[in-house]
Amino acid sequence: MADTVKLPEDSFKRINADDRAALDSEKIAAPSLTFAQDAWRRLRKNKGAWVSLIVLAIVFIMAFGSLVVSPHNPNAVNPSYANLPSKIPGIGINGFNGTLVQAGQRIDAYKQAGASSKFYIMGTDYLGRDLFSRVLYGTRISLIIALVATLFDLTIGVTYGMFSGWKGGRIDTIMQRIIEIILSIPNLVVIVLLILILKPGMTSIIIAIALTSWTNMARLVRAQTMEIKEQEYILAARTLGERPLKIAFKHLLPNLSSVIIINTMFTIPNAIFFEATLSYIGIGISSPQASLGTLLNDGQKNFQFLPYQMWWPALILSIIMLAFNLLGDGLRDAFDPRTKE
Amino acid sequence: MAKYLAKRIFYLILTLFIVITLTFFLMKLLPGTPLTNQAKLSKSQIALIYEQYGLNKPVWQQYLLYLAGAVRGNFGTSFQFSDQPVSYLLSSRIGPSLQIGLQAMILGVIVGIIVGAFGAMRQNSWVDTTATVVSILGISIPSFVLAVLLQYYLGLKLGWFPIAEWGGFIYTVLPTLALGATPLAESARFVRTEMVDVLSSDYIELAKAKGLSRTGVIYHHALRNSLIPLITIVGPLAVNIMTGSMVVENIFSIPGIGEQFVKSVLTNDYPTIMGLTIIYSFMLCVVLLFTDILYGIVDPRIRITGKAN
Repeated sequence: MADTVKLPEDSFKRINADDRAALDSEKIAAPSLTFAQDAWRRLRKNKGAWVSLIVLAIVFIMAFGSLVVSPHNPNAVNPSYANLPSKIPGIGINGFNGTLVQAGQRIDAYKQAGASSKFYIMGTDYLGRDLFSRVLYGTRISLIIALVATLFDLTIGVTYGMFSGWKGGRIDTIMQRIIEIILSIPNLVVIVLLILILKPGMTSIIIAIALTSWTNMARLVRAQTMEIKEQEYILAARTLGERPLKIAFKHLLPNLSSVIIINTMFTIPNAIFFEATLSYIGIGISSPQASLGTLLNDGQKNFQFLPYQMWWPALILSIIMLAFNLLGDGLRDAFDPRTKE
Repeated sequence: MAKYLAKRIFYLILTLFIVITLTFFLMKLLPGTPLTNQAKLSKSQIALIYEQYGLNKPVWQQYLLYLAGAVRGNFGTSFQFSDQPVSYLLSSRIGPSLQIGLQAMILGVIVGIIVGAFGAMRQNSWVDTTATVVSILGISIPSFVLAVLLQYYLGLKLGWFPIAEWGGFIYTVLPTLALGATPLAESARFVRTEMVDVLSSDYIELAKAKGLSRTGVIYHHALRNSLIPLITIVGPLAVNIMTGSMVVENIFSIPGIGEQFVKSVLTNDYPTIMGLTIIYSFMLCVVLLFTDILYGIVDPRIRITGKAN
């Protein structure tokens, strides 16, 4: 025990306190991640959500980019090129080569219309308007309605929920009763009534959707607020005499953010769906404006003979809905690791 | 229990009262008159028509009359069909809607449970992937798109089912499928998540350790416990079906209340719109009450006085 091991001096290397590179090589800790970075990392691992995010980015860029560059004017009527099927140059598959079946025979519709040199990716509608441009235009209108409605829904829902949860007691009970009453009428019925009063149009659709869809957000935010307000840091802030409004913004809101973001991802497709339904019934967007709902309605009339006129908007609508749903699922897993294994 | 029930029924009546009041005054705010061609009518003719429908009385009197009528199930006379009481119009139309709605709900939920359960049992296999894809597609494709596709391919192209109209059971198949897709997808997703959770719990481990067969564990322990929370989404699913039916009934020309609602909206038929709004709310309230009570009965852990959120 007493004899000490004699180590030769030269087996050690002296490092200076200010030799950064040498010091860093000793570190084993990973860089510490913030909550957002951690969620982002998990989101990128989820293939479905990641692809959805990219798809949505493309849809957004194309829909809003068409304001600047559009293949054709979405409202330019050209009767001589009416009802041309889709034609993508270089693709010879029936359905994408500009041919359609007429009286049992497959004919080149473009040649017949005297437009062999032209091509319309998604074809044209019954007035000869380029369907691709109209789908882009319709997508833009649908997205704007959904986003603005969601923004309202966010502000109303989050404020209502936070207030109700924070106050508790009698006020909370009354506020929850109000929500229960709103929830006991089907949303679409309320939206239709509101649109009738406000006259059909884009603004009234936005208002109607915003006024009806915040209830879900309010309930979730309330439940979360009631949980958070019992935490010590809120108690500390209150003891230190922080004003409730500041507590709400500085302490509550950041901790509610994941609930809010996840729920938004499910509100947006809902709003798109309501808008499409309303336009489909005929009390939504009116021509010459177009939305995915009106395009579907127009396309459905000719579905038997010109199926592409409905397939395209239906496809785009479903893709957008799918992407938002998958992204919502991915975000839920990313923000709340407990839900996944 | 009786106290809870009485409280809930009181709230139901209160809710309906508020719904009636709100719709009544909203309808009074509506622009446009129910007269198709007002310019062609003389002043005295308009006065006569208004008197016939009781529109000449002050608003508060109209409101009280309406309220008194609504309690007895009388929602006034339709503007569109001049001699038909709304209650008669709706009672003759509610049958088809109820039939399709219930069929869609039952089909959707049962198939959804099967799909979800298989997904959870074979987690992360191709079965699970297929189940997930089916449920995500069912949620993403709007019912009216599905309705048109079904109508065209199964109805017109293959000729298996009639494309529209209302007759026997065969006429209900396509609308039921179109409406049932969302409940199917939602319940499949729900059951899968629940069951994955349940399968990893201690009592499942115990059941396995006791030597129960695989089917025994799945059927008696896992499935039963995963199904209880499913009751909570029946309410939202009912809303979904009601919403969907408005468009789907139109596509298949079914003489139901959804189709009538759209028609009444387009013709400014206020009494019918009001009657329908009240009926929709009533049905939804009953569904919500029923599911809440059922939840308490099925799952003793939930105290009946508590909230089932």
